[in-house]
Amino acid sequence: MTRFLRLIGRDLRLALRQGSDASIAVMFFVLCVVLFPFGVGPEPNILARIAAGVIWVAALLASLLSLERLFQNDYEDGSLELLSLSTLPMEAVVLAKTLAHWLVTGLPLIAAAPLLALLLNMDAEGFGVLVLTLLVGTPILSLIGSIGAALTLGARRGGVLLSLLILPLYIPVLIFGAGAIDAALNGLTPRPHLLLLGGLLAGALPLAPWAGAAALRQAVE
Amino acid sequence: MPVFAGSALTCLRGDRLVFTGLDFRIAPGEALFLLGPNGSGKSSLLRVMAGLLKPIRGQLSWDGVPVTDDPDAHRGRIHYVGHLDAVKPVLSAVENLSFWATLGGAADPRGNALKALERLGVPHIANVPGRYLSAGQKRRLNLARIMAAPAALWLLDEPTVALDRAAIALFEGIIAEHRAGGGMVAVSTHVDIAMPGAGELHLDEFTPVPHDEDDGGEGDDVLEEEDAV
Repeated sequence: MTRFLRLIGRDLRLALRQGSDASIAVMFFVLCVVLFPFGVGPEPNILARIAAGVIWVAALLASLLSLERLFQNDYEDGSLELLSLSTLPMEAVVLAKTLAHWLVTGLPLIAAAPLLALLLNMDAEGFGVLVLTLLVGTPILSLIGSIGAALTLGARRGGVLLSLLILPLYIPVLIFGAGAIDAALNGLTPRPHLLLLGGLLAGALPLAPWAGAAALRQAVE
Repeated sequence: MPVFAGSALTCLRGDRLVFTGLDFRIAPGEALFLLGPNGSGKSSLLRVMAGLLKPIRGQLSWDGVPVTDDPDAHRGRIHYVGHLDAVKPVLSAVENLSFWATLGGAADPRGNALKALERLGVPHIANVPGRYLSAGQKRRLNLARIMAAPAALWLLDEPTVALDRAAIALFEGIIAEHRAGGGMVAVSTHVDIAMPGAGELHLDEFTPVPHDEDDGGEGDDVLEEEDAV
């Protein structure tokens, strides 16, 4: 457990000192959302209608953007090889790195989301649910993404491959995430959507590290 | 006393047989030189020993027990030094080291890290970020890593690359100390490292014999058939 936490600590420290990855993801998120009023026009009703979907799609793309580097640095400098030779199980390595990735890129997205919702004229009733769906949903994005990042390790143009591989798998998260907010805005209960999101998280939590670890073992061979 | 041994090991990289029918044995306190020309499979053998690469035939055993029975335990008793130094550019030398020491199960990672740097003659780089270290200093840092946490078996792939004479001499002393404490070492190298009483394994002896023109053709056929199956 100490070693698991130390790995998270190391990744957080690396991310904070390098700085770029975390800030790029959240800046991309903000810019992406800000583009929509320019594209679809400043009509408040239209913006309010599409706000939930836009924010969710932007969050999804922002998460994807930073995932490519999840294992890349460790792979290139030989750390991954040593991590796979340590007594820490590979599944725990994947989980620790994914968790650190989420803390660095997912949390800032969640913090920025209400501000962007305000910008898109979303009804204030939806804010709470928006934050809640992102809180449950973005870890799923990181977890599913970790499988893709592990699979595309060492491939040329891995980033493009990663998008093609992972985006289809993000669709259920998008449907239930945006669906919950729409339900709340229309006076319905977002509970079923949130429960389904929770179910996805409960499924991804053990399955993604397991699949990711298998892919990483292949990569270091 | 535990003995690390391999029997009838065969290693395949891509569709090329690197070595076949290879046996080795390392007892506590012993050292083994892996010798042979480039491409003879020294690195592959070390990776097989570490468990990074699976041999297609043959098995490794620790104290008579096949390593594949308990791979976790095997990982706990080895240190592997590969071609890459795994130094993070934004972490200082001592931060880099103490992370690996924690992972290796050291009780006092930071203390061990500082001691290991001292032992390798570079205590002054402790607080220098990895990106400012020279190739030789990074290599010393990587070697300090194997001293910062205990492990019985050291697998060293060209450990002296980028090292100066003084560092090689220091490292020879460290290996001797490790062996005196019952440790085992397997080293692949092109540079002379003094390891008194070390065994030698010539990998070119286990390279599959290149066949004549006809035999070569048959060999290819066999491979193709296997592919088809």
